[in-house]
Amino acid sequence: MFGDYFSRALIAGVGLALVAGPLGCFVVWRRMAYFGDTMAHSALLGVALSILLSINMTLGVFAVAALVAGALIVLQRQATLSTDALLGILSHSTLAVGLVLVGFITTVRIDLMGFLFGDILAVSVEDIAIIYGGGVAILVILILAWRPLLASTVSPELAEAEGLRPEASRLILMILMASVIAIAMKLVGVLLITSLLIIPAATARRLSATPEMMAAVAAVLGAIAVVGGLFGSRTWDTASGPSIVVMALLIFLVSLAVPVTRLFGRGETHGA
Amino acid sequence: MDARAQRETLITLSNAGVTRGGRTLVSGVDLTIARGEIVTLIGPNGSGKSTTAKLATGVLKPSIGTVLRKPGLRIGYVPQKLTIDWTLPLTVDRLMTLTGRYSASEISAALEAVGAARLLKAAVQELSGGEFQRVLFARAMIRKPDLLVLDEPVQGVDFSGEVALYDLVRQIRDTTQSGILMISHDLHVVMAETDTVICLNGHVCCRGTPSAVKRSPEYLKLFGERAAGSLAIYQHHHDHEHHDDGCVVAEGHEHDDEGHDHAGHHHG
Repeated sequence: MFGDYFSRALIAGVGLALVAGPLGCFVVWRRMAYFGDTMAHSALLGVALSILLSINMTLGVFAVAALVAGALIVLQRQATLSTDALLGILSHSTLAVGLVLVGFITTVRIDLMGFLFGDILAVSVEDIAIIYGGGVAILVILILAWRPLLASTVSPELAEAEGLRPEASRLILMILMASVIAIAMKLVGVLLITSLLIIPAATARRLSATPEMMAAVAAVLGAIAVVGGLFGSRTWDTASGPSIVVMALLIFLVSLAVPVTRLFGRGETHGA
Repeated sequence: MDARAQRETLITLSNAGVTRGGRTLVSGVDLTIARGEIVTLIGPNGSGKSTTAKLATGVLKPSIGTVLRKPGLRIGYVPQKLTIDWTLPLTVDRLMTLTGRYSASEISAALEAVGAARLLKAAVQELSGGEFQRVLFARAMIRKPDLLVLDEPVQGVDFSGEVALYDLVRQIRDTTQSGILMISHDLHVVMAETDTVICLNGHVCCRGTPSAVKRSPEYLKLFGERAAGSLAIYQHHHDHEHHDDGCVVAEGHEHDDEGHDHAGHHHG
């Protein structure tokens, strides 16, 4: 089943979507979209450093994304600039430094477009092993830490008062995001990673009554977007990474048209 | 439950204080909370109410002084003005198990106790302020806490809802024998059942029963005569029964400037 490049792309993409959906729910709930973007943009810096230092690329990207998240926390504590401005600085400067460093690398031929927009059709069996190994680890951590993660998302004060540790939850989420970015970069590229986190989760909101349901629906919708996008890209010969995102967007737009207002509770008046 | 168990001390703060970055947030707080006891913290913004509550719950460690808590103390917390974003789908049912696992029968019993059983399947975003607050009470109580911490529990609730919530607090105290620590930004209404009111302003400026605090010179100095004149002490029987100690029925805040014409005749 790993024989041809198209099945490998499908398997890899679906694996990624199943992890990105549930994690993406937290990104949406905690309003971390721009934060995710910033971590993703830093992935290119991770790629450049990995090549220069000859270390494993997945590890390099993970380390740089985690460092950027840590840097943001430290800068936030100083409270001089707004988080918004800090994210803008970190996001674009890490991307720019990454691009400049890539220019210095002459030993290896670098497919810059592949890193920016992904090259899902080039995934190897080894890549699939990394995606599924990493993906299962991420999901297991997410499930084990689910209750405290959700409680500190709803109210950090409440979680803290009842003996949970919201700071630890925040750290766990950042590490999980850095991991997803590390395994997703090769598939959809640094510029499109956060769309796989956010769009399926945002779509799932209208179809869900509980957080757990939203996580599951987001995973399924993400997988549908990957399959639809890949078949679309094969049919119309379009770029595969962007096609997946366009498919996710189409599902989102369709979900807006579906009248789900009376599906749950006493009526979702806030959804209109 | 014997009398001794009822009086079990849950938390003792002795001369406790917190400093952050060279700034003293609160200092010299002495405070004990026992089972079945209601302690209310009042004071202006930034007076250290939340810091004191966090010392009591163990979220903050004291920089000076000591805090003793009963080992294994279980805390139920009703937060201040919780807004849950629309993006997070949350039913009342699911909210009840936010920090712990409970059976369906425990959940309905807890909601029943606050008169919110019919809201079980409702989305939290659809609840009114009063309904949501009741649900949050139920959520805190399902933990069977030793200590219930209420952070400005009636904020954003209209006056009749406020009266009902105070009734609920009293009922919780009577039926569960939890200790209750209440934080109030509202200087005007303090429950008559409060055993100790602690008025904070960076330190303990005065303390005692509600009626004693109302008469204390420190309270008058801090909040002025007008504020003191309008300190209404909320009592359960809000049908013109006044006690000899001068406790009066709670008034809507809009009456503050009118000198409490119809309730003030027992001021004293």
